[in-house]
Amino acid sequence: MKPPFIIGSSVGRKFVMSISGAALVLFVSFHAVMNAIALISADAYNWVCAVLGANWYALVATMGLAALVFVHIAYGVWLTLQNRKARGSIRYAVSKPNEGVAWSSKNMLVLGLVVLGGLCVHLTHFWAKMQLVEVMGEHVNSLGLSPQDGAALIAFTFSKWYNVLIYLVWFAAMWLHLTHGVWSMFQSSGVSNQTWLPRIKRIGNWWATIVMGLFALVVIVFYIKSLI
Amino acid sequence: MNLTLKIWRQKNAKAKGAFETYNVEGISPDTSFLEMLDILNNKLIHEGKEPVAFDHDCREGICGMCSLYINGKAHGPDSEITTCQLHMRKFKDGDTITIEPWRSAAFPVVRDLVVERQAFDKILQAGGFVSVNTGGVPDANSIPIPKPDADESMDAAACIGCGACVATCKNGSAMLFVAARVSSLAKLPQGKVEAARRAKAMVAKMDELGFGNCTNTGACQAECPKGISIAHIARLNREFLSAKFKD
Amino acid sequence: MATLDSKVPAGQLENKWGAHKAAIKVVSPGNKRKLDIIVIGTGLGGGAAAASLGELGYNVKVFCISDSPRRAHSIAAQGGINAAKNYQNDNDSVFRLFYDTIKGGDYRAREANVYRLAEVANSIIDQCVAQGVPFAREYGGLLDNRSFGGAQVSRTFYARGQTGQQLLLGAYAALNRQVAKGSVKSYPRHEMLDIVVEDGEARGIIARNLVTGEMERFGAHAVVIASGGYGNVFFLSTNAMNSNGSAAFQCYRKGAWFANPCFTQIHPTCIPVHGDQQSKLTLMSESLRNDGRIWVPKKMEDVKAIRSGAKKASDIEEKDRDYYLERRYPAFGNLVPRDVASRAAKERCDAGYGVNETGLAVFLDFKTAIERLGADVIRARYGNLFQMYEKITDVDPYKEPMMIYPAVHYTMGGIWVDYNLMTTIPGLYAIGEANFSDHGANRLGASALMQGLADGYFVLPYTIGDYLSKKIQAPKVATDTAAFDEAEKAIREKIDKLLAIKGKHTVDEFHKKLGNVMWEDVGMARSKESLERAIVEIAKLRKDFWKDVYVPGENGEFNQEVEKALRLVDFLELGELMARDALNRNESCGGHFRVEYQTPEGEALRDDKNYAYVAVWEYKGPDHEPTLHKEELHFEVAHPAQRNYKD
Repeated sequence: MKPPFIIGSSVGRKFVMSISGAALVLFVSFHAVMNAIALISADAYNWVCAVLGANWYALVATMGLAALVFVHIAYGVWLTLQNRKARGSIRYAVSKPNEGVAWSSKNMLVLGLVVLGGLCVHLTHFWAKMQLVEVMGEHVNSLGLSPQDGAALIAFTFSKWYNVLIYLVWFAAMWLHLTHGVWSMFQSSGVSNQTWLPRIKRIGNWWATIVMGLFALVVIVFYIKSLI
Repeated sequence: MNLTLKIWRQKNAKAKGAFETYNVEGISPDTSFLEMLDILNNKLIHEGKEPVAFDHDCREGICGMCSLYINGKAHGPDSEITTCQLHMRKFKDGDTITIEPWRSAAFPVVRDLVVERQAFDKILQAGGFVSVNTGGVPDANSIPIPKPDADESMDAAACIGCGACVATCKNGSAMLFVAARVSSLAKLPQGKVEAARRAKAMVAKMDELGFGNCTNTGACQAECPKGISIAHIARLNREFLSAKFKD
Repeated sequence: MATLDSKVPAGQLENKWGAHKAAIKVVSPGNKRKLDIIVIGTGLGGGAAAASLGELGYNVKVFCISDSPRRAHSIAAQGGINAAKNYQNDNDSVFRLFYDTIKGGDYRAREANVYRLAEVANSIIDQCVAQGVPFAREYGGLLDNRSFGGAQVSRTFYARGQTGQQLLLGAYAALNRQVAKGSVKSYPRHEMLDIVVEDGEARGIIARNLVTGEMERFGAHAVVIASGGYGNVFFLSTNAMNSNGSAAFQCYRKGAWFANPCFTQIHPTCIPVHGDQQSKLTLMSESLRNDGRIWVPKKMEDVKAIRSGAKKASDIEEKDRDYYLERRYPAFGNLVPRDVASRAAKERCDAGYGVNETGLAVFLDFKTAIERLGADVIRARYGNLFQMYEKITDVDPYKEPMMIYPAVHYTMGGIWVDYNLMTTIPGLYAIGEANFSDHGANRLGASALMQGLADGYFVLPYTIGDYLSKKIQAPKVATDTAAFDEAEKAIREKIDKLLAIKGKHTVDEFHKKLGNVMWEDVGMARSKESLERAIVEIAKLRKDFWKDVYVPGENGEFNQEVEKALRLVDFLELGELMARDALNRNESCGGHFRVEYQTPEGEALRDDKNYAYVAVWEYKGPDHEPTLHKEELHFEVAHPAQRNYKD
């Protein structure tokens, strides 16, 4: 039996990248909005944290998200390995960049790995001190805070300059990943044409900039607050 | 102009290749790049050496035979041209020019700068046609086709099958080539009839022949001598996916 | 012993093809499967024929020298394809297309063939549209047309400036469909080096695998030559670098007679030669003459100023420009046939009015059209041609006029064929540019595509059945016979001999010398003296070649110098044959212009009393004079008159 097209076909595999990527873009967008709430009110933010605590739906969503991340990464690595093979064993001695081709588009795996690294740091900083703590049945995390007091956790984490630096680098990598990823997911799922291609590219860039800008804003604001 | 050329030499498909360095002198800036290679070859023959093998034919940018990777660019340092349309005025006296064959697992080297592109024929044989026999077709004007559709079909049909898209793609993907044919025919009522079958068959053949997965870098579009847009790749994706979801 | 029976059916001109189709035999589907056909070449003729024959159920093997059938030089045809659809309501008809073609060919083509061509032309357009060829369309969704030289109606269908490409991709797609079905087997990078004739019939070919250098034998019940023209005998031409006359010439050597070899078309609008390092000439489509106007300055001082760079073309005032085609041929203006336009350009340049440093160029100007229609309309019509021009010359044709000069483009002559397209060797057919049949002494623009596809799609698939119906009992052709052995041995010896010479000059150097002789003495203006001189010089060059050529490398490998040397061997004989034919034809007609035979105004002076025949040459061995046979041409409908493009 032939494998289904989402495994057996190059266009199908790209479709999986596109759909998993789209879901992650939506999650990241939601996350950015959620973070922005922390800028307005610590209580409101903590309410959100409570809602997303160890509830069954939040846990299902978390697992779904983890699965999406896994699929996205696994396919990304798989595609890259196939593509290296397709390129042949002998490489060009001289290679120049193509005009009008974004650097990010050719380095999505590298950017993805940086994003993954940042994600690991982020998970130990936050998820491991919040949802995980609740799942383990504890009422206080390693910092001695309530696992639902997200606002305090943010304030603590971004009072350290090195964390701020790590996060900003992470955001930059994610921004680059998204500037290619957003329009690319439309392209790979066939939702684009001559007229809309440039428009979708612009929308993608704006989207990535606004979302990552919100993330960066929260980090910077809390760092500045910690200095005052 | 006097130039130093670093050219990939490889006796045959099995032999190991390497770069060799040559000098050419007295080249006019109005000379085409391939004429410059003619001059080199004439010189090499006189020196009792084997001339450099390279593919070329029409020398006016339409047959798609010429296929050189010059100084890190498919078809060399000019936009929307084939190698044969490249002229020496794009270089400076004293330049060193590196000339390589197309590099892709699906395009094995035959000799020196000549590669085998039969994979393209095979992809088209899988479905790059409208299934009509000779004769027995309706009058040419029986189906009006909106001008924008005919124009867009023509944009894609301009593909010359040179393989620059594959050569320049870091993924060795043939998506622009396949998309150009699929899109061109899908835009016309005559081709629409079997568009789903065509897209599936051609993508399957492309995958089978070892071309890579498209990651939307757009390098193919940047180096395509006919400026074919990756918007056609989006149409191929759409045709393919909608066909698969209908299965 | 072959005879010249044109097999033109009796009856009224317009009924001939229909009656003939009804009379000839067909082969049943069950028997077609048992019959093998070899097709040499994959251009419009060969590609269309191979696809159509495959569809019919024959076993077809198709050969091309390139890496893919799609590279054939038909791909480079720019302007368009004619058909008498009368979509423009300008009173076009099959008869008018037929008449224009006969007249354009200066009454040296076979009436019945030309009428059939005009008759099937409409089906070609239908076929191509059905295949998904994206012809240019009007906003209403219907097909657009433009005008070409030698016609007063708009009957040319086009796909931007890439009509040949699109038509070829259509034929190539049809071919691919048959390859996928298994009815056609494709042999790219294979060059036919000899035709094998047994018991007086074509039995197969010997081909060289260009990748490995190996000789391969292929047997078949019929062989179709669709290998194009031999314009590259001139070295500089608009033909592709690998276009050659060798397949056709091997047929000539083996007994297929060769017709009208001297009829060569010089295309008026090509980019002028820039220097001695040039390898080929680039055509600028005839369609440009729809909107472009051809001129040279009226005053010699302006000519000198332009040559020295003191003035630009755009500096010359309207009243100081000589639009010489509009002046000499008011009725057709810039759209006179190619031979007329070419000679007129030569006349002006010979008179000293050429506008580049070499004095061999005239202007093709779009100023008037850009003023009238706007640059955007011109860009939509000819954008790719303008871009091509700029890439080659570094001059922007939207600002300054193009410089153009005539160049060798097409050969109307070719292997002699009868009405069935069969040569004088039974079972051997020739179609497209490789045969001689439809264009007489001059081909009209947009008619080459028409002929290639007509032969391939609609004529050969019918007529070949008549011959093959006699072969249904024949077994598979064995390739281990003495005739195959001999043919292969001869080729091996020829290649070994070439490799063994190890002389001092390269193949290209000899080819350039030959081209020079051909252009100077057998080119646009021929005379008794020049032709006699050419015959002597070519014979001498041939001798030198066999003594002093250096072909590097070996046979058993990918070796482009061996390929070129083998082709030049044939050009060195073909060139002489062309000169002999031109010398024999004591008249001027179409592309063949003998300076001794012209009207006081410098127009071609035909001699219908003595030369209304096809000159058909029979090979008599190397360094032997060929024998001339004549096929008399009978004009029952289009009575010869001096071609008039003035009013």
